[in-house]
Amino acid sequence: MLKRTVEDRFGHVRLRGELSGVKRAASGHMYCALKDENAVIDGVMWRGNAGRLAFRPEDGVEVIATGKLTTYPGRSKYQIVIESMEIAGEGALLALLAKLKAKLEGEGLFAPERKRRLPFLPRTIGVVTSPTGAVIRDILHRLGDRFPSHVVVWPVMVQGQGSAEQVAAAVRGFSALAPGGPVPRPDLLIVARGGGSIEDLWSFNEEIVVRAIAESTIPTISAVGHETDTTLSDFAADLRAPTPTAAAEIAVPVRQELMAMLDEYAARQRRGVVRPVALARERLISWSERLPDPKTMVEAQGQRLDDLTDRLRRGLAGRAEQARRALAESGGGLRPALLQRHVVQLRRDLARVPDPGVLARKRVGEAAQALAALSRLLPQLNPYAPLERGYAVVTDPSGHAVTTREVAAMQSGLTLRFGDGTLDVTPGDSAPPAPRPRKTARRSSQDDPASGQQSLF
Amino acid sequence: MDEAPQDISALTYEQALKALEDVVRRLESGEVALDESISLYERGEKLRAHCQARLDAAQARIEKIVAGPDGVPQGTRPFDEGA
Repeated sequence: MLKRTVEDRFGHVRLRGELSGVKRAASGHMYCALKDENAVIDGVMWRGNAGRLAFRPEDGVEVIATGKLTTYPGRSKYQIVIESMEIAGEGALLALLAKLKAKLEGEGLFAPERKRRLPFLPRTIGVVTSPTGAVIRDILHRLGDRFPSHVVVWPVMVQGQGSAEQVAAAVRGFSALAPGGPVPRPDLLIVARGGGSIEDLWSFNEEIVVRAIAESTIPTISAVGHETDTTLSDFAADLRAPTPTAAAEIAVPVRQELMAMLDEYAARQRRGVVRPVALARERLISWSERLPDPKTMVEAQGQRLDDLTDRLRRGLAGRAEQARRALAESGGGLRPALLQRHVVQLRRDLARVPDPGVLARKRVGEAAQALAALSRLLPQLNPYAPLERGYAVVTDPSGHAVTTREVAAMQSGLTLRFGDGTLDVTPGDSAPPAPRPRKTARRSSQDDPASGQQSLF
Repeated sequence: MDEAPQDISALTYEQALKALEDVVRRLESGEVALDESISLYERGEKLRAHCQARLDAAQARIEKIVAGPDGVPQGTRPFDEGA
């Protein structure tokens, strides 16, 4: 009766309070108490619902719990069976956010070097967002404007219980797609959600979503909320777009611009290839025009040839005439009488020269007379003539005449020359010294018979 | 002319556009011999056609993942069909 009254009277309730005494039973059920300044109520969350909680319930966290009131007869208590629970109050949320951000940042999930370059022209774009609502429309519309593309939408809930799991599963699902499978694998992902309160965007701060985005094998753009909203998903993505529309703009270039650029390149390369040809043709023409006319060339040459022929003939005739004139001039003086006259003159000069034989014979005669006179005189002057009469000439060993006794006494030997021969004598009373040096020479040669030649000196 | 012409189909749009840009610049510089400029132009045309094809092939095709009971996508269907 009491149980029915309570349960009927308070079917569904929403309570706001601070968690305390949080306890997770081995069964998976969660028990806690919700309290505010002056009241407290026990709460229980069965395993199924507790497992879907988007955050880890902790003591002191302010929450809003939705559930049914019921009684627990065994303890004479009433309690709330919580079906869903979310964090209440921005301060609490922000604190939780800061904590998670620091943790993931510490793991390097947001590091700039993890960011990949987006493809310039994605072939397929995967979009993770709600299939209803303005966001997907905005994205598709902007993509169509810029560059109609192949888009694969993975429909998810972007808010409320279970949305985080859906978003994470979608991101991982796209990442896991094999190329060439039934679902084309995108080369760019957009994770998008429209604007809302921090609670509305909370799914994109959930660790499971942030990790899925960070681990995505496909470059990912996050576009959650408005420009001023920042979620952890934005940090984990390769690029953050301020809005879903901006994500579409970032995702693809403008096709029209690319077409225009291509057309311009085509025109430029056509100009580039045609211009040199035209230039070359012009140059060829202008040079061709400067080639002289072959007829004029031949005519001019013919004229020159005629001219030279003419001059050649005239030149030859002139030269012959000139030579003839020169011959006549020099030939005139060439006569025999001229030569003869010269010969007569020379012969006359020759006759005037006296006979050299007469002169020579005269000189020889004179010389013979002088010689005869001298021959007669010569015998009287012979120094040896007096020797025949008893005189002698004394000479020293070197053959010089000795004319005084003083000189003679100093000589080792003297030679007396008589009319019929010579006689060697020794002057005075001293013995002849000549044998002494000869003895000495012989003695020294006995002392050293080995070198007879040297010992003589 | 570093790559052979058959490599063009393997180029991404960006690479092909860059190659085309290079061809145009060289043609415009006038430093290329006349004979070579013809083959260069041919290559430029192929690059341009390749880029053009990539742009022409672009068409809006919006699909939605159809997931099986286990959540694994089994295929797609047009986005607006029954949405």
